[in-house]
Order: sequence, then C-alpha cells, then structure tokens
Amino acid sequence: MSALSALFARELKLAVRIGGGALMAVVFFLIVVTLMPFAVGPDLNLLARVGPAILWVGALLANLLALDRLFQADQEDGSLDLMVMAPVPLELIVTVKALAYWVTTGLPLAIAAPLFGMMLNMPSEALGAVCLTLAAGTPGLTFIGIIGAALTVALRRGGLLLAILVIPLMVPVLIFGILATSAAVVVTSPFIQPFLILVALSLGAMVLGPIAAAAALRFGLE
Amino acid sequence: MSPPQKPAFSGLELIGDGLACVRGGRRVFQGLSFRVAGASALALRGPNGVGKSSLLRLLAGLVPVERGTLTLSGGKPDTPIAEQAHYLGHLDALKPGLSVEENLTFWAQFLSGGPVRPERIDAALDAVGLIDLASLPARFLSAGQRRRLALARLVAVTRPVWLLDEPTSALDTEGQDRLFSLIADHLKAGGIALAATHVDLPFTVETLNLAPAAMELRA
Repeated sequence: MSALSALFARELKLAVRIGGGALMAVVFFLIVVTLMPFAVGPDLNLLARVGPAILWVGALLANLLALDRLFQADQEDGSLDLMVMAPVPLELIVTVKALAYWVTTGLPLAIAAPLFGMMLNMPSEALGAVCLTLAAGTPGLTFIGIIGAALTVALRRGGLLLAILVIPLMVPVLIFGILATSAAVVVTSPFIQPFLILVALSLGAMVLGPIAAAAALRFGLE
Repeated sequence: MSPPQKPAFSGLELIGDGLACVRGGRRVFQGLSFRVAGASALALRGPNGVGKSSLLRLLAGLVPVERGTLTLSGGKPDTPIAEQAHYLGHLDALKPGLSVEENLTFWAQFLSGGPVRPERIDAALDAVGLIDLASLPARFLSAGQRRRLALARLVAVTRPVWLLDEPTSALDTEGQDRLFSLIADHLKAGGIALAATHVDLPFTVETLNLAPAAMELRA
C-alpha cells in the first residue's frame, strides 16, 4: 500500500504549503465563535448554554470550507485521471484523501475547540467533552462531505452547491454531537448514549462516504 | 545522456476491434479497429474533434468502451490496460506547491506502488533536461518545462504502453528531440506507443487515420 502512503504524505504536504489552507479552517472557526458573544450579548449564562451549539455549528461550517477543492484541484490538473487509472481502488484513494483532509482540518478544530469554549464561558468539564465529541464527529462530517465534493467535481462554482447538498446529511451528526456535548453542561442529560450514536454515525459515513464518492467521481470524469 | 535501462517487453500486442465510443450523448467513432505489435508506434491522425483524444482516454480506461473489444496480449495477465499504460494527456498533473523533484517522486511512488530510488528520479529528470531545476517549485515552470516534467513520469516508471496525447505541445525543438529519442528507446525495449499528434515523428510509425465520417449524432 505504498501508493496510498505516498498519496497521504503528498496531501499533507500540499495542505501546509502556500495555498493549502490547513489552518484556515481553525481561523474561520475562531471568527465564527468570536462573533457569537457580540451577537448574543454579554449574558454569560446564556452563552454557556448555547456554547456547545455554537462550537458545533462553527466546526461544521469550518469543515466545509476547503472541501470543494478536495477533488476539484486534482481534476483540473489531470491528477485525478492518473489516480483513476491506478491499480489501487478509487474508494481507497478517496478514503486516504479524506483522512488527510480530516488530519489538516477536522483534527485542528477538535484541538482548538476547548480554547474557544472558554471564550463562550463553558464550564471546564464541558471543554473536554467538546474536544472529544468533535474528534469523534468531524470524521463523519468529512466523510459525508466528500460525497458532495465528488458530485460537484466538474462544476466551476461547486462550493455552494456542495454545501446545499451535504449540510442536510450532516444534521444527524450535528444533533448527536451537540446532545453529547450538552450533557457536560446540563447535568440531567446522559453523555454516553448520544456519544455512541455519534461514533456510529461517523463510522457509517467512513464506510459509505468513499463508496458513494468514488462512484460519483467515476461518473463525473467521463 | 542515456535514459535508464529498461527491461525488455516481449511479445506485446495491442488489438482494438470494432471499438465505439460515446461521449456526452454523441457517438465519437464506431467500428474502429487497429493492431499494434510490440516495438512499434501508432500515430493517430485526423482533424480536430475526430476522436483521437477520446480513443486514448478509452484505452486508458477513463472513458467506457461502448462497443467492441480491447486486448493487450503479452503484458501482465489479468491486469487492465490502464494499469499497464502511461497516459500523457493535455494536463500535466503537477502541483504548483511542490518542487519539480517532489512532483516526480510522488507520481513515481504512486504509479509504481513502492519506494523509488532517488537515482531513478534524477535519471528521469536528466533525461528530460530538468535536473538543474529539481528543487524549484513547479509553479515557476514554463509550459514547456511542465510538459517535460510530465514526460519524466514515463521514464521514471516502466510501463509497456504509452498513450500520448499531443506530446509535442509546448515543447521546443530540443525538447521534441528528447521526446522522440525517449519514444525510440521505449520502442527499442519492446514497448508500444500510441500518439495523437500533428507532428511527423522521425521514425517509422504506422498511422491510423480517423475519418470525420464517423461523426454523427446518436439517434
């Protein structure tokens, strides 16, 4: 599987080079989170209560930012043609690209989220929960998102269409992510059940996402 | 300046029989048959839009075969032609953010599916005349230099069939000479080359003329 490890290394390298946008998602996330206290007002209790929702919606949007370029950049310069020709199944190539995208986008979001949670007056117990749920949920968001990225691969301004296509599919991940996170803020609600469903959603997306995305790419290339 | 030593291919033969191709609902060509033996090249000729690129993409497995059969005998058994062929299309498959050497190393590793010795990369870069620019980011390359770098891929990884779509585009005379000698070496090793080109190749090639009569709207 050396072809796949070469691809993974190349994706990481491209993400951190000029124009790669590895940390852009975190900066966007920071801006969304910073906007909220200005919009909601200086009510600390209210902020703490809506904090998990703000963090999750912010992470969901930040995760979409560079997704439209995931396959499009390779399609425009002809790299995708060579990848389709490779003996490695396209599903695995798509999986590796999505994993690399998650490492440079979703993972930094999860790591930065506790810091941003403090800006929203979230209790310290909730900060760990935010980090954990985002780390478990963002792979789901990425692997659902790649289906839209593959469907819009040949469209010039596919970014908006991509968002319209995939955000409805991300709603379950969002619901259970926020539920699990809120459990740390509201004592009465359970944590483990929504968290396990969140993990299940992510795992399901990791199986189905690459298959759907590879099928869409094959169709779109022709 | 000698390209890296290649193992010889023996007994190769690429046969297309009654091929038809449909793209965007339009029948590009039909009833197309050809036969290329090892150590020989086939030049695809014909006016623009007649289906030269489509035929190469079809051979590369990027466009489905509508009708007809395509067989490569003498290659690896049970392996699609696409996995035994190099496809050099209009696009160079280069990332502007990576250096010349990184671009080539990635494709060499990806296409060969294993580690690639640095000497092999250097030899390929040398063969296309880019060795001095190895550490330059690809964004600074000219169109001709990008073409040369794309070409270096074919040298770095050995494959029996070369599918070349307008390989001389953007190349200067010196670059074209290098290209021709690389193709000649490939043929000498027993390989097959198919090239869609408007330039006369300086060695004996068979020619497949695609006729515009085959262009018709699908009913």
